[in-house]
This record gives sequence, structure tokens and C-alpha cells, in this order.
Amino acid sequence: MSAAALSKYLRVANIGMQNTFVYRWNFLARASFGIVPLVGTVFIWRAIFGSREDTVAGYDFATMVFYFLCVMLVENLVSPAEDDWQIAAEIREGQISALLIKPMNHLLYRTGLFLSARVVYAMVTLPIVGLLFWWYREYVQLPSDPVTWVLAGVSVAMAAFIQFFIAYALAMMAFWVLEISTLVFIFYSFEYFLSGHMFPVDVMPQWLQDTIRWLPFPYELYFPVAVFLERVKGEALWSGLAIQAAWVLLMALLCRWLWRRGVQRYEAVGG
Amino acid sequence: MNALRRYGEIYGLMLRNSVIREMNFKANFLLWLVVELLWCAVQLAAIEVLYGYVDEIGGWSKWQVVLLVGTHQLTSQFFQAFCFNNLSNVSELVRTGRLDFMLLLPVDSQFMVSLRQFSLDSMVNALVSVGIIGFALHKLGHQPGLAQIGLFTCGVLAATLVHYAIMCGLATASFWIVKAQGLIYGYYNIFNIARYPSRIFKGVFGFVFRWVFPVLVVANVPAGILAGLFKQPLWPMAHLLAVSTLSFLAARIFWKLAVRRYASASS
Repeated sequence: MSAAALSKYLRVANIGMQNTFVYRWNFLARASFGIVPLVGTVFIWRAIFGSREDTVAGYDFATMVFYFLCVMLVENLVSPAEDDWQIAAEIREGQISALLIKPMNHLLYRTGLFLSARVVYAMVTLPIVGLLFWWYREYVQLPSDPVTWVLAGVSVAMAAFIQFFIAYALAMMAFWVLEISTLVFIFYSFEYFLSGHMFPVDVMPQWLQDTIRWLPFPYELYFPVAVFLERVKGEALWSGLAIQAAWVLLMALLCRWLWRRGVQRYEAVGG
Repeated sequence: MNALRRYGEIYGLMLRNSVIREMNFKANFLLWLVVELLWCAVQLAAIEVLYGYVDEIGGWSKWQVVLLVGTHQLTSQFFQAFCFNNLSNVSELVRTGRLDFMLLLPVDSQFMVSLRQFSLDSMVNALVSVGIIGFALHKLGHQPGLAQIGLFTCGVLAATLVHYAIMCGLATASFWIVKAQGLIYGYYNIFNIARYPSRIFKGVFGFVFRWVFPVLVVANVPAGILAGLFKQPLWPMAHLLAVSTLSFLAARIFWKLAVRRYASASS
């Protein structure tokens, strides 16, 4: 990409940042309410560890709490907030006509907006996440190996792109069906259960773990956190990173393909 | 009494309109059913995973927790059938200024805003929850008596009121915070913990979730009564009735306050 092209998308990101900042109270509300399920999770695991002597799949109580703290951090850093709904609404209401005539790649344009929204969102919500880390500070166990930090960082970045591309691909469905929310929620129910949001993937039965290892879900949340917690090591670490990278690439290609097919069908309703 | 009949008639008309409307989008109706069933399945699967490691959590066995989740599902679907979509739309009404039309009608604005559309799919899902509750009772080998079922029904209705009050309060906050998706998300997050056994929550959070955002009462009390977990079920019931009345009043006052400061938009 040439410098001029890059500056174009940076400009998009800049405008996106200003637009998103309007919603800072919305973000703050969202992040504050996000505390509630975390508190619930901590209490339930305290009860579970209270009634058994042993660890759970290698987790003790402190590691479990730290796992959920990290999941919350990663979610606040990378999860698209409303990108899917916005893109779908633009398609449905014909607003993308204005974008189609501009010399811009829609996926890159949206990526610029996504990244800028992430920066604003993280700025607003990180104080809350920080507060939680402080509140549960006795459970925080930061890794000492700098390599872990780097690899976890890379993995978090890849998780961001997988999540964003999935949101984008779901939004593309708006070219074919009027109302995408049911599709989105059906997908989310799988994501919610299989991404490590509810509990670490390695707590689940082995057969399920073996199956979902090849699906994108665990690489959206669980895997980067597991890397940071140094729970995946050696061969599993590298193969995991490779699968994750493959999903980033695959999803990006899928998004491009869906966009092209969609635009061919597009009728500019109301435009 | 006349007023009550008038409101009854108005609601009858709105109900009829909603059902006709919903039947126009049959595919969508069925898809929403699938969505809710999947979310329900996710919760049950989560119970299965957790109880792979323990026999009881906070004094509740696996099937008792299934009963608890079923009860939570019943109350929230009940609430969602009547109010949820309407309330989550409030921020949009405020942002676009369309609330004006509701305020101009010669009926109570809160009534109109809260009950305009009825969702049939949630009602079907409420029936599914009844099925889950029945199955859990069967697995527990527990046959509740008539008094228990009566109290349970009262409890579910009171719990629906708590759902309403909290969501209405969040929706009303959108008079101040224009973009309120975060608040809708808040509803789900707050009620997320309603399906946990109440007893595991202690300290400050325990107090907050029993009295300020009383979500630990809404499913725990009716489910506990039905499963025969309380020696003296009238106390928890009184707690539930108290918080539902108080939170409903608070929501009412908050709404009145918000409407008074509403300045319309975009016109």
C-alpha cells in the first residue's frame, strides 16, 4: 500500500475516532455493567473450589479468577462493539451507495473505523478494567518471560482481526436477508459457549476440545489468554498460533468474497 | 374502574395488532425461537460442564440449578414478551424525537411506551421454560403441592415486575445518555447472575444484588419454593414482594422525572 493510500485510511480512522467519542458514556455504561457477570463468575468458582479439594483441569481458584480478568481485558481491547449492526444498517438503508462511488476498499475502510473505535473504547474502559485488576490483585499472576508477553500480544491482535472479520462477514448477510439479527445471535450463542467466555475451553470435555480446536471460536478469546497464562507451551503453542493466523487469513478472504458477491446483488434501496 | 377497562381495551387492541404483525414475518418468528432455544441450550450445557466437577453449588444440586435456570428463563421470557422490545426502543424514541407522539396521546406515557408491542415468540419460549422446570422436577423426584405452585406463580409475577423495573430504569436513563445500547447490554449483564444460587453471594455484592438490584431474589425465591428448599417460604416471598413493589415505584418516579425534563429532538 502506498503512503497516500495509507494516509487515506488513517484519515478514516481519525474521523472514526471523533465519531466514536460521542458514545463515550455508552461505552462507559457497557464496561461498568460488564463487571457484574465477572463478579458472578468469581463467586461461582469460589463456591466450586470451596466444595472440592482438588484443582479444576489444572486451575486453582487464583488462576481461574485471573483467567476471567484477562478475558475481560481482551474483550475490552478487541471485541467489535457495534460494527456488525452498523455495516448491516448501512447496506439495508442504502447508505453504502455513497461509499461505493469513493475510491476506497470497503473492508480496509471498515478496518480503519474498527481500529479507531477500539482505541477510543479501550481508553474509556481501561480504567474500569484496571480497577477490577486492582480489586482482585491477590489473584493477578503476571508471566515473567518476556517472550510470553510478545506472543500473547500477537495472539491478541490476531484475535481482534478474527472477531472483526466475523462481525463483517455476518454484516454482509444484509445483502441477502433483510434482518440479520437472528443470524448474529445464533452465531453469538456458539461463540459465547466455545470462545472461552463462559469458562476456559480446557475445562470442557476432551472430545469437545478436540473438535473446536479447528474452529475459529477458541482463537477469539481463550487462546490469547491461555498463551498469556502460559498454559499452552511448546508444540501446542506454535500450532495454535499457526491455526489462529490461518483463520485471520481465511476470514479476510471470506469477507472480500462476500463483499464482492454482495455488491453484485446490491440494489441501493432508498439511496 | 372505568379507566382500568379503557386501558384493558387499548391493550387488547395493541395485542391483536402485534400478533397480526408478527404472523406477517413467519420466518423471522421461527428464527427468534431458534435463537432463544440455543441460548437456553448454552446455559444447560454450562451446567453440565460445571457439575462435572462438583455435586452441589451453594447447596443446590444439578437438577435444582436446572430448575433455577428454567425459572429464570420463565420470568425473563415473560417480561420480554410484554415489555422488553418496547423498552429497548426508548433510547431510539428519545434520540429521534418520536417520543413526542406518545406523549401527546391521551393515555399514560409509561403504559404506552412499555407495552406497545407484544412478542409472541417469547411467550412460546416461556412455555419451553415451563417444560424445563417440569423435567427438572421430574428428575428431582419432587412433586410440589398446590400451595407451592400458587406461591411459585405469585413469585414469577413479582419477579417479572423486578425485570420491568430494572429495564425501565435503564431505558429511562437514555433521556440523559442518548445512545443507550450500553444500557440494554446492562440489563443482560445484571440478570446474568439471577440464575446462580443466591447463597454463594456474600458481602457488599450480596447486599447489592439482594436489595439494590435485587436479581438474586427473582429466580431464586420462586425456584426455591417450588423445589421445597425453604423451611419457611413466606419470608423469601415477602422479600420478593417488597423489592418488586419498591423497584416498580422507583421506576415510576424515575420515568415521571425524565419525561418532565424531556425537551424533544430534531424538530
